[in-house]
Amino acid sequence: MYFDLNDEQRAIRDTAREFLAARYKPERVRELAESERGLERSDWEEMAELGWPGLALPEQWGGQGLGIVELAVLFEEMGYALAPSPLFSNTSCGLALAHCGSDEQRERYLAPLARGEKRGVPALWDAGSPVMIGEFQMEARPDGDGIVLDGEKVLVMDAAGADFFLVATADGRRHVVAADAEGLTLREEASIDPTRRLSSVGFDGVRVAAADSLPGAGEDYFQVFHRLCVALAAESTGVAQRTMEMAVAYAKERHQFGRPIGAYQAVSHRCAQMLLETENSRSVVYGAAWAADADPGSLPVAASMAKAYASDAGWRVPNASIQVHGGIGFTWEHDLHFFLKRGRANAALFGDAKWHRERVAAAVLDASGQPAAV
Amino acid sequence: MDLTLSPSEEEFRDEVRAWLEENHPGPEPEGGLDEVMDFRREWQLKLHAAGWAGISWPREYGGRGATMVEQAIFVGEAARQEAPSPANVLGLAMGGPVVIAHGTDAQKQRYLEPILTGEEIWCQGFSEPESGSDLASLKTRAVRDGDEWAITGQKVWTTFAQYAKWCMLVARTDPDAPKHQGLTYFLLDMEQEGVQVRPLVQITGEGEFNEIFFEGARVPDANVVGGVGNGWGVAITTLMNERAGLAFGAISQVQNSLGRLARLAGEIRVNGGSAADDAHYRQRIAQLQIEAEAMRLNAYRGLTKTMELGIPGPEGSLGKWQWADINQGLNELALEIEGAYAPLTRGSEHAVDGGAWQYGFLRSRANSIEGGTTDILKNIIAERVLGLPRLR
Repeated sequence: MYFDLNDEQRAIRDTAREFLAARYKPERVRELAESERGLERSDWEEMAELGWPGLALPEQWGGQGLGIVELAVLFEEMGYALAPSPLFSNTSCGLALAHCGSDEQRERYLAPLARGEKRGVPALWDAGSPVMIGEFQMEARPDGDGIVLDGEKVLVMDAAGADFFLVATADGRRHVVAADAEGLTLREEASIDPTRRLSSVGFDGVRVAAADSLPGAGEDYFQVFHRLCVALAAESTGVAQRTMEMAVAYAKERHQFGRPIGAYQAVSHRCAQMLLETENSRSVVYGAAWAADADPGSLPVAASMAKAYASDAGWRVPNASIQVHGGIGFTWEHDLHFFLKRGRANAALFGDAKWHRERVAAAVLDASGQPAAV
Repeated sequence: MDLTLSPSEEEFRDEVRAWLEENHPGPEPEGGLDEVMDFRREWQLKLHAAGWAGISWPREYGGRGATMVEQAIFVGEAARQEAPSPANVLGLAMGGPVVIAHGTDAQKQRYLEPILTGEEIWCQGFSEPESGSDLASLKTRAVRDGDEWAITGQKVWTTFAQYAKWCMLVARTDPDAPKHQGLTYFLLDMEQEGVQVRPLVQITGEGEFNEIFFEGARVPDANVVGGVGNGWGVAITTLMNERAGLAFGAISQVQNSLGRLARLAGEIRVNGGSAADDAHYRQRIAQLQIEAEAMRLNAYRGLTKTMELGIPGPEGSLGKWQWADINQGLNELALEIEGAYAPLTRGSEHAVDGGAWQYGFLRSRANSIEGGTTDILKNIIAERVLGLPRLR
């Protein structure tokens, strides 16, 4: 029984903390948030040198071969720094290719993705659909020995500058589509979170060769989904940690009525609540990350617990931090709003808290004793 | 990171599990507290004979010298199987460790064995009517008289004082010193004139705890623990040390209660289905499950940290706070699920689950007060974990 990071995991955390603090100083995050693209190619190249695109991907295909605990460590730091980076979407695509691709597809798409040479992004949910996890509407219409895609995908992360999309269809399959494929159009949407852009991707008779449709389908993607829930929950935990620290620092320095405001229990107890939520979030995240690596049978429930809790904490803690800051926390000029927005966007993606709690309820209350399939 | 038990820890758990399964005396007797205490005395003798009393105590003092993980396993497993408490729970958890850490050889010789056997029950004389959360302001006086001390004052919320032979008494020996100094830790014989115990009835109708009145009660100098004027430090260090181990018992209890809550939800009819089919209750039950899991994992993280640093940190306050919230929350939810039947309790033939949830609802009101109020725990977290300034 040892529930803490080991030396190697601490080294990953320290390297990440140091690199991200240097690369994403608050003024830089703001500059990227207010820029047109929202991302900088050179940042990605540096992350690639550190091996981050392939951190939890198999060594055989250019990755580092590390586990989900290590991935959670990295994403907690990404959230802490509020790094505007396509690392999450790229990792999503990479895990899907690793779990569900053929060897030929892994060689062709996963290896360059893991090395950071090509960037992949999942395009899952359909415009106008209720966005149910695991339910897709775009038809994979047969055409010769390949398929043709028509429709519009929404909520696609980091689409600008991606090299290819991993597109979900109603039959539960995924298909690799090059960003420059004929009939494919991108439109960035207005989203509350300017540090992670969301786009819509239009498909107008886009042809996919048979070799680019992954052999896996439906249930094969559960394991990918659960791991991504853990990574996103880890990122939200980092957001909570950072904004809690900001509140505590401000409560020590800001004086009213002749005292630091942190001396007042209305403020200090709010800060204690932020700590409770942040630590709870971290515990369920690492519990689930460990399950992914060492006890996969318990992963579905553990991942839902992590995503449910971190979805709430990821925006409530920044929200409480804004309250501690008072008026200054409500200004565009202060950085807090970027954290609130990321936390709230994360809460909505990959199943919100309510959806994940229902899965926990199913495991506890229903005869099967298992969460409903994703 | 490794959330599994090591082979030796697993072996220990299997041993604990098997022993408890074989020796579990069944549920506590219904009826009065006297019957319950007799039952618990018998249980403690059995625990002691098998070497399970004082498992955290060093072997040289009759304990088992168990590691922190082993203590957590034992307490967690005992709670999981709903084994009764030993009769002398305060002696085992606090009195013994105080004597071991701060007592003289003669004190160790005299007091430890009867704590382990339960032959002598201990109670804790800390809180006073005017000194609750601000414990260090306590006023009970100890005045030296030859090689004795004369005690005058009042203590309150004293669990099992009516059965106790010894009282762990913190009294003021120097009224002129700053409030945290000038306190001394005594072992006071409850069987004497000058000590009067009056039971207090709780909102559950039970009388676990009491008031004690001291009017010139005597304590020999030899019963000072840790030196005159050092009472605060003696009292505090042991409070911190014992909280960690007890947490795992509380966690198992919550898990048992959540299991019962799920069963209750499946049985209660709501809108043509069961409460377990109701979307609102499903969300609430799931949230409690998630918070209980966070509490369990926090406790393991805390245990790892304590083992690395050697002492428990102030983070333990988080666990006590969240336990109170969860335990209150699950009992509150049970009464909500019972709906209009919620008022019916023990003694009513229509009471759901024999009124167990009504008792749980009422008893759990104390959870955010006993052993450090949630409000004070938040102060501790703010000041000692987050480093926020003190109001005082």
